Amino acid sequence: MGLSESFIAQKFAITERDLERYLAEALSSGGEYADLYFEYLSTTSISLDESIVKSANQGVIMGVGVRVILGERTGYAYSDDLSPERILKAASVAGRIAATSATQPPLNLRELDRKWDLYPVVQAPTDTPLNERVRLVQRADEAARAYNPRIFMVHASYLDSLRHVLVATSGGQLTHDRQPLARLNVVALAREEGSPPHRGFHGGGGRVGLEFFLEEKTPEYFAREAARQAIVQLEAADPPAGETVVVLGPGWPGILLHEAVGHGLEADFNRKGVSAFTGRIGQQVASPLVTVVDDGTLSARRGSLNVDDEGCPTARNVLIENGVLRGYLQDQLSSRITGAQPTGSGRRESYQHIPLPRMTNTFMLAGESDPEEIIRSVDKGLYCPVFGGGGQVDITSGSFVFSASECYLIESGKLTRAVRGATLIGNGPEALRHVSMVGSDLQLDEGVGICGKEGQNVPVGVGMPTMKIDKMTVGGTAQ
Amino acid sequence: MKSSLEELSLELVRLARSKGAEEVECTVSEGEEFSVNVRMREVENIKQAGSRGAGLRVLLGQQSGSAYTSDLSREGIDRMVESALAAARVATTDPHAGLPDADTLGALPGELGLYSKDLEQLSEETKIRQALEAEEAALSFDARIVNSEGGSFSSHLSSTAFANSRGFSGSYRTSSCSISVVPVAREGSSMERDYWYTLSRSHAALESPAEVGRTAAGRAIRRLNPRRIATQKAPVIFDPRAARSLLDHIFESVEGNAIYRNASFLAGCLGNKVASDHVTVINDATIPGLFGTCPFDDEGVPSRRTVVIERGVLKSYLLNTYTARKLGLKTTGNASRGLSGNAGIGHGNFYMEPGPQPAPKLIESARNGLYVTELMGFGVNTVTGDYSRGAVGLWIENGELAYPVSEVTIAGNLRHMLLELEAVGDDLEFRGSIASPTLLIREMTISGQ
Repeated sequence: MGLSESFIAQKFAITERDLERYLAEALSSGGEYADLYFEYLSTTSISLDESIVKSANQGVIMGVGVRVILGERTGYAYSDDLSPERILKAASVAGRIAATSATQPPLNLRELDRKWDLYPVVQAPTDTPLNERVRLVQRADEAARAYNPRIFMVHASYLDSLRHVLVATSGGQLTHDRQPLARLNVVALAREEGSPPHRGFHGGGGRVGLEFFLEEKTPEYFAREAARQAIVQLEAADPPAGETVVVLGPGWPGILLHEAVGHGLEADFNRKGVSAFTGRIGQQVASPLVTVVDDGTLSARRGSLNVDDEGCPTARNVLIENGVLRGYLQDQLSSRITGAQPTGSGRRESYQHIPLPRMTNTFMLAGESDPEEIIRSVDKGLYCPVFGGGGQVDITSGSFVFSASECYLIESGKLTRAVRGATLIGNGPEALRHVSMVGSDLQLDEGVGICGKEGQNVPVGVGMPTMKIDKMTVGGTAQ
Repeated sequence: MKSSLEELSLELVRLARSKGAEEVECTVSEGEEFSVNVRMREVENIKQAGSRGAGLRVLLGQQSGSAYTSDLSREGIDRMVESALAAARVATTDPHAGLPDADTLGALPGELGLYSKDLEQLSEETKIRQALEAEEAALSFDARIVNSEGGSFSSHLSSTAFANSRGFSGSYRTSSCSISVVPVAREGSSMERDYWYTLSRSHAALESPAEVGRTAAGRAIRRLNPRRIATQKAPVIFDPRAARSLLDHIFESVEGNAIYRNASFLAGCLGNKVASDHVTVINDATIPGLFGTCPFDDEGVPSRRTVVIERGVLKSYLLNTYTARKLGLKTTGNASRGLSGNAGIGHGNFYMEPGPQPAPKLIESARNGLYVTELMGFGVNTVTGDYSRGAVGLWIENGELAYPVSEVTIAGNLRHMLLELEAVGDDLEFRGSIASPTLLIREMTISGQ
């Protein structure tokens, strides 16, 4: 892969010499490290409700971010104008605000010898005819309505993007990547005559081509699940309040791991000593049944990247191994400061943002228990297979929450009745100590996750097998 | 005289019309941002940059399509126009789609205090110094403040122009700046953080950095060594910062899209008693100097004041042109969008009117219950009103704040919470466009141990 294969280098006639000149300008005030992040992002969104395609929207965002590091200090500037003068200006500003004394290291860019492509999508969805994509939301609408006559409102939306990036660093690294991403969302509302409506939501996608929605996970698949969830809610009772045994279903409930441990293991928080996990590497922080990894190298997943947003190859990073805390997620700045090995976890929302250590696809490895056996083992508890909303964590105290949207009471080893959603709350370094059974049914989520940190949103994945936690607080209303 | 952005928006409207669009709306914006983060008395990072973008919405009959770009070259603009037209061709004819009627278009007259020149002249050194001062005040407040996630100063200057094919065009500039601090307190094995901030449209009106730092530090310290409490039903008080989220939920439940889709527990409740007599909720985008103020909404309708709930009775939804047509009502001037797309609905200054009593009186009258200072998570369903969120705060014992509490949830239903809203404090202040005084809710379920 040469620079000649970079969309951005071609479109804006950028040569290696240009990049070297920009980096030299960035370092001309004395910075130790600089990088350039060029981005060209094309997006499409299509929205349907009341069976009407009410809007389609297409857009282009482009720009370059220049970062300069000196010690622990970062200077950052960006430009949405990719002319050499404006890039040099941004480089100069970033350099000046990061540093004050001048030294000039030599620079020689080498292209990363990348032989892999985790998302070799021949035609990105963004490049397919619009009417084929419009058809996806129409099919979702039809399927959700056909599922049950009590479905009275369907809101389907489809979003895709194609991001081209080019990263050059003063460490000599030069990489580029083409990152397709697509998702389909379906919200269905159900109503019984004379009673209030209930909502169901399902969606998914990944770094995939349009064929994913035509062959693997169809609009009908997402629509029926959204409709099913809404119908279940019609019969659901008030959720319980207080501490109980909780069994989490496989897949998206893995958001527990993202909140309970993932954020607390991001290197910036630990370098600064503000995480509840600071200084706990090597300690037992979870049941020996628990092994959690963050893996950016999975094929076609929403959270996957060939290279992170600092040009570093992504990796499979073990966070917790048999209950023992193993490692942090590093970005360039944190690994420079602490001397830790990079983990390929430096990510940013766009060229306007400073990279931070972030998760990719975070999940727990499968255990040995039969999922049905896990339910049978519970005398009284709550089974939570569907989590509609997101979660949140206070990394300093370790408190985290995540919100179930569909739950069932477990009584004497059987699922007895559906209850409505509730927030579950726990403490990161404590909660996973109470894991007593881990199922053999590891699933990754469908591909809708968005993680927010310091105002920056990035796509992520989560996953988990069925798992039993002996003690967790459920925020319902029934006592 | 029209600004250059406004001229550009008019030119883009003409261009789209010449390429075949029957109706056009165009937004152009540009902005400059500066931010500095300091941590443990050192500068951690500084960011400085500017950006521009343009967006179009076009109508072909009653099919609507949109496009946006940050590439304002000739090629980029042509691509945007083509993209918007292509998008419109695949949309369905929607009988309610269209621009606002010409007689509803316009802008508020007069000076709204949205832009302050003092930020143009403010030096980088001053911004860095104030971030450092704020963090220093937190770090030196108490020996238990041992660490910090930092202090920051940020400022934005931006300009927005909007034009449509029905003859409206307008533009305005805004400025804003803020100082925030996130100190970390430790005592024994307990580690807690909290934050505080000040923000304003002018530098002169910011609160002092030291005051922000001290307030943040005080909030972090009072969270140390929290207890968990038994699961129970009890009164819950939301401090003004936490109470803002309830106003968010009320907004989501009265905005026109949720109403016509029947996706709100307040749909169909116009004229009904939906809250206690203590509750009056206002949307007002005309108050000079505030963050929710603007001369016109994002489809060119003048901003106004709307009483949403008056002494417990639902008086008005918040609507744009589209949702108003769907519901057979008139727009309330609440259209909101980014650069492109069909307009959604946003709020101006959206707040609950203050009551007669100071917050300590509310705490006293609750006797025993939870005083909430921070909420966590997304467990709120405005379709059903079901409410379940993580909470952090202080336990109220015999009418006084007694000890910190964490890792609990509070749960109920927004419908009942509003009807059982027992008292509203007198402490309304705007830190952003949503604001609430202290609120007391008679009873919620608290889940703990």
